[in-house]
Amino acid sequence: MRRLLIWLPLGMFLVFLVVFAGGLIKPEGRVIPSKLVGKPMPAFALAPALPGKPGLSSAELANGQPHLVNVFASWCVPCIAEAPQLRQLAEAGVPVYGIAIRDRPEDLQRFIERNGDPFRAIGGDPNSSVQIALGSAGVPETFIVDGKGIIRKQHIGAINPEDVPGIMSALGDAK
Amino acid sequence: MVAALLLAFATPVLADSLMPAAKYADEQLADPAKEHQAKVLMETIRCLVCQGQSIADSNAEMAGDMRALIRTRIEAGEKPEAIRAWLIERYGDWVSFKPPLDGLTWPLYLLPALFLGLGLWIVSGRLKRRRKS
Repeated sequence: MRRLLIWLPLGMFLVFLVVFAGGLIKPEGRVIPSKLVGKPMPAFALAPALPGKPGLSSAELANGQPHLVNVFASWCVPCIAEAPQLRQLAEAGVPVYGIAIRDRPEDLQRFIERNGDPFRAIGGDPNSSVQIALGSAGVPETFIVDGKGIIRKQHIGAINPEDVPGIMSALGDAK
Repeated sequence: MVAALLLAFATPVLADSLMPAAKYADEQLADPAKEHQAKVLMETIRCLVCQGQSIADSNAEMAGDMRALIRTRIEAGEKPEAIRAWLIERYGDWVSFKPPLDGLTWPLYLLPALFLGLGLWIVSGRLKRRRKS
């Protein structure tokens, strides 16, 4: 028994070594899912991010129709990659709403001229307060919200072409 | 040419917005007691962007916005633990560097005491044996 116990510290050291080496070789890029999935959209009211386009409030989002709420920004590179998919969804009749994080109207205007405008309304979130209230940790992120304003699903990162069918079916389920 | 190239690599390309930091992101509260409360809380809230750092240490824009949110709420009279709970409601326990005591985390709290007890027991055994011999 005692003979075996002598090897215990070495064994523990080796276990730590393997754990730390694993973390160094392949660091864990962690995504932080929002805990609000399955819960109602938090209450908010955002001013229009662009002149001539409506802003966004949580009251408007409980309008009896499933929809997408896209958290994005003109300064976000993956948001450019996701733009064609958002256009495609909007053209298929999906109501897409935007929350523009830390954006300026002139930059947003240019972004929309370049990448198209799938948004029914865009609320400006200049200090990320609504983003934090939503439990969102970055841009872009997309929330699938049902007609009662309950968050059904969160898509973290850009919506790639292969993600579109999944989002369409989740919207169908959200009715 | 070289200078332009260096400059291009020196700044992360469009990683941050062009907007200035939020009020209270880098500005202390006027009341030192409230600022202290905010600072203690900010040191135990994890930055969601650079995940090993607290929002007090992080230069990420989102961390600045979270500091501003915490200072604004403390200024308004909210208790630090209520703000922590509000953040945990959104991001999970992961956002806090102060883990709660529950079914998953009890070894964190219990094991150090257990190891200390074990160490004392071994040492006292040794001492007794030495006295005998």
